[in-house]
Amino acid sequence: MLSDHAVSILIFAGIDVIMALSFFLPASAGQLSAGQGGFMALGAYTSAYLSVHHQAPFPLALAAGALVGGLVGLGVGFPALRLHGLYLVLVTFGFGEMVRVLFLNAPAFGGPAGFAGIPPSTTIWYVLGLLAVLLYFFARVSRSRMGRAFSALRDDETAAEAMGVNSTYVKLAAFATGGAIAGLGGGLYAHYTLFIDPEAFGVGRSLFVMLYAVFGGLASFWGAVAGATILSILPELLRWVKDWREILYGLLVLIMMLVRPQGLLDAALVARLSSHGARAAARS
Amino acid sequence: MLNGLDLAVEAGGIHAIIGPNGAGKTTFFNLVTGALAPDAGRIRFAGTDVSHLPPYRRTALGICRTFQNIRLFGSMTALENVLLGLHSRTRGGLLTPLLGVPFRRPPGESAARARATEVLELVGLAGKAGQSAVELPYGEQRRLEIARALASSPRLLLLDEPSAGMNLQETLELEALVGEVNRRGVTILLIEHKMSLVMKLSQVVTVLNFGQKIAEGPPAEIQCDARVVEAYLGSE
Repeated sequence: MLSDHAVSILIFAGIDVIMALSFFLPASAGQLSAGQGGFMALGAYTSAYLSVHHQAPFPLALAAGALVGGLVGLGVGFPALRLHGLYLVLVTFGFGEMVRVLFLNAPAFGGPAGFAGIPPSTTIWYVLGLLAVLLYFFARVSRSRMGRAFSALRDDETAAEAMGVNSTYVKLAAFATGGAIAGLGGGLYAHYTLFIDPEAFGVGRSLFVMLYAVFGGLASFWGAVAGATILSILPELLRWVKDWREILYGLLVLIMMLVRPQGLLDAALVARLSSHGARAAARS
Repeated sequence: MLNGLDLAVEAGGIHAIIGPNGAGKTTFFNLVTGALAPDAGRIRFAGTDVSHLPPYRRTALGICRTFQNIRLFGSMTALENVLLGLHSRTRGGLLTPLLGVPFRRPPGESAARARATEVLELVGLAGKAGQSAVELPYGEQRRLEIARALASSPRLLLLDEPSAGMNLQETLELEALVGEVNRRGVTILLIEHKMSLVMKLSQVVTVLNFGQKIAEGPPAEIQCDARVVEAYLGSE
């Protein structure tokens, strides 16, 4: 059996993977979001509020958190229809900050003092189970009509539109789904830490989520999985350097990005692995 | 810039647009496919006013194009590029792939792949299905762009300088392909600089210069038209 400490590391790593996937989904359609922490906050506060004040069953609370994240994601998607690249990053960053300040000034949610007394409903099985569902979803979508429309939009928006892709629909769907996944991550997080405050979901959170996905590589959702897993477990492996831990962490990320600027799983590696997988599938 | 252009394309034929650089040929294509919106005037397609429809609606109606500067999807294989061309002819949202039997292809995917493979065969790229689109030789990239557009089952196909950068052999193959596509009932609008191709393929040629139509007619007549010789050849 795993120790409590190991289980805790795994749960946080699992939530980090879910958050990295929430960034990857819109990113796979070319929509970079620096506000995933904001969606996570919405999911965390929504589900926590329902659990504490309405004794909602955990699955319902989680679903509500994901729903709110998704609906707000839909709203954030609208500016994305006109903005590209860096400008979109800045707008989503602004959104994340707005959510943080909103909860900071909402007495019903505890304001700066935070929101406590959340029931300990998140178990390792919830995290792994939901993660499995998400991985199945990503694996299926990446080889489907919509998955290709996402990639096409990222590669060349003009060509994608000329070939019949409704870019408005794809962008809104990407942001909404990314927001829903982040909301789900927030719900799991709140019911594990049992206490949440707005600072947990600030710009630092959003940037780490982005780092996980970019570190792992944006060529495939497996990059987000690998990046988040490694970077979220790495601090545990670096405990022995004590005070130097964060410096070493930063240094390792820096070196990795210098050596593999396209991320751990870059396009070439993904192609090699997937053709290997396809051959294996053809044999069986 | 186009100014007061009145141009009708007869269904079923091959209609060429020629003119010196900057005459407005690609602008015309952008207006027809919806990449640009007209400041004034109308664009009608098979009885429907499409002037202000977004590009994807026009693709659904049966208008599709290739690009002068090749715009294939760089992260995708040749087959995936053609599959994307099927977007307007297939259905399925984000959650559709969750339906269907696990470890089998998502619903509709097998039929789409079969259709895309057919189109790749038509342009002679069946053997390159799994290769990265942008790593194909230049001439094959041009043909792949045509395949991607054909996958959308267009009634009107706009080819923007399809022979640019092609050698003689590739140009001959292209000529045969365009002829075959046209025989299958696809109306073709062709921007082309290689006059030999224009002469052999098209029934009607429209000459643009400075955003205006300066001549129109069968290729043999156009070739001798004094205004065309002055505008087109004079500028080279």
